[in-house]
Amino acid sequence: MGAFENGIGKLFTDPDPDNARAFFRKKSREMKSKVMTVKEAVEKFVHDGEYLAIGGFGANRIPTAVCHEILRQGRKNMGFAGHTATHDFEILAAGKIFDRLDASYVVGLEARGLSPNARNYLQSGEVDVTEWSNYGLAARFRAAGMGVSFVPIRTTLGTETCKYGAGKIITCPFTGEPYLAVPALYPDVAAIHVHACDIYGNSQIKGISISDLDVARAAKRLIITTERIIHSDEIRREPNQTAIPYYLVDAVCEVPYGSYPGNMAYEYFSDEEHLREWMKVEKDPDAFKKFLDKNIYNCKSHFDYISINGGMEKMMKLRQKELLILAQEI
Amino acid sequence: MPDYNVMELMVCVASRELEEGASVGVGTGVPCAATMLAQKTHAPNLLIVFEAGGVAPLLPEMPISVGDSRTFYKGVMASGMVQIMETCARGTVDYTFLGGAQIDMYGNLNSTQIGFDHDRPKVRFPGSGGANDFASLCWRTMVVTPQDSRRFVEKCDFITTPGYLTGDDAREKAGLPKGCGPYRIITNMAVMDFEPVSKRMRIISINPGYSVEDVQKNCGFELLKADKIIETAPPTAEELRILREEVDPERYVIGR
Repeated sequence: MGAFENGIGKLFTDPDPDNARAFFRKKSREMKSKVMTVKEAVEKFVHDGEYLAIGGFGANRIPTAVCHEILRQGRKNMGFAGHTATHDFEILAAGKIFDRLDASYVVGLEARGLSPNARNYLQSGEVDVTEWSNYGLAARFRAAGMGVSFVPIRTTLGTETCKYGAGKIITCPFTGEPYLAVPALYPDVAAIHVHACDIYGNSQIKGISISDLDVARAAKRLIITTERIIHSDEIRREPNQTAIPYYLVDAVCEVPYGSYPGNMAYEYFSDEEHLREWMKVEKDPDAFKKFLDKNIYNCKSHFDYISINGGMEKMMKLRQKELLILAQEI
Repeated sequence: MPDYNVMELMVCVASRELEEGASVGVGTGVPCAATMLAQKTHAPNLLIVFEAGGVAPLLPEMPISVGDSRTFYKGVMASGMVQIMETCARGTVDYTFLGGAQIDMYGNLNSTQIGFDHDRPKVRFPGSGGANDFASLCWRTMVVTPQDSRRFVEKCDFITTPGYLTGDDAREKAGLPKGCGPYRIITNMAVMDFEPVSKRMRIISINPGYSVEDVQKNCGFELLKADKIIETAPPTAEELRILREEVDPERYVIGR
């Protein structure tokens, strides 16, 4: 690939900030309760054919309950932002919910290995894939959050990640140097799991924020799942702790242990045993179907999922692991 | 001389490249083990950053994910991906450690796919993740990987992450920040750098028990040879003790 070539990948979303502004102009700023179940939130705000983003980092602070519910409700033909996506991607690929994908990190589960099923899905030709780097996608959410149609970045230039992406090469008007312009990414809907929020959606996140502050600002509709709902007085007592303000939020779903089997900083560690079982069982399609029935399709909610995977006793152990308490068998 | 396996050797050799006071962007696995070992031996003030937002953690154990809670345990800051990558873009991060399915003579890496058809890859891998960004923006990229001619290839099926692209000044011409790029390639058999003009991979050090011929035999392209090729110093007893007892007691990395 030559040095100054634009990406040839498909651009799946509209980067025009004026179109986004017209949408946000009409979005309600009313401070009203948005509390509902995950089932209601997905019915109301996640639709076939739309473009989805999931917050967190793959198996860290992910809205697992929303991913499962999207499968249960059988969403199809969606677009998906595969940004630092690992276990969330594994779930959504199991339901074949998307047919177009912006991919910066997909299919793998970092040090744990690769998901055989997700890999087959991408190798099947059923999914249109446009490549990005993690920062490339993060910058696309940032551009959308800034209300501009692109931001310039200095990565991926000259590589095939750039060639099979959808960025364009521009020249700096000050230095004359080339930059990659990455287009704003406004998802139709996003789901983010947080530590605490009030009934209006004012949300607090502890620890790293990854790209969630920008994802929240970029998404046209936003579902928040939360470890716990707190009183609005708590938000107003420490407004500097608010990561996501209410006017970005469309649904508030209280889901304790909502990132399980992922990690939730300061709350519980990831369930490595369960994540290993997922990857192992994927190798056998019949066994995987049974596994999905058991863990997703036959569950009514996240509570069911947790109870068949060790319940409170398991959650307590994962909490102790997170807090580095070297407890013996309990 | 103490007994050690090849993973232990690679981790120890990699850790020595991180000097006290340096900064490094880290991934899970071997990079993390090497970084932790450096932090616990010669470089206690190593500034470690993780792409998901963790800054300067005191790693209590090896993270499973570059975004798990260990990556900001007792850190000085829990930020986000854009903040970390902007820190790299500003020139503050000296090193990064990467891996990949394939590497070519210019240090370009493939972690996206096997097969040349992007619409129907033979084997799909995760893609760039933060690798391209770290390799684009950090001053020196180091790669730790087994010496194998299926990995060291004439042409990568897909260039996910930039090395020196087509060599010479191709990297800077493409618009990547000036003066950075691949620095060390550490394998079970040797340590390589890059010849300053052509930017081609070059053997600088041979690990104990191997020869230049062994390395060339397990490489799919012609390697340059430094004028003086030295023998890599084997792990010391102290490095091995800390690696086995404090860094990787579960043998996640060194037991591979």
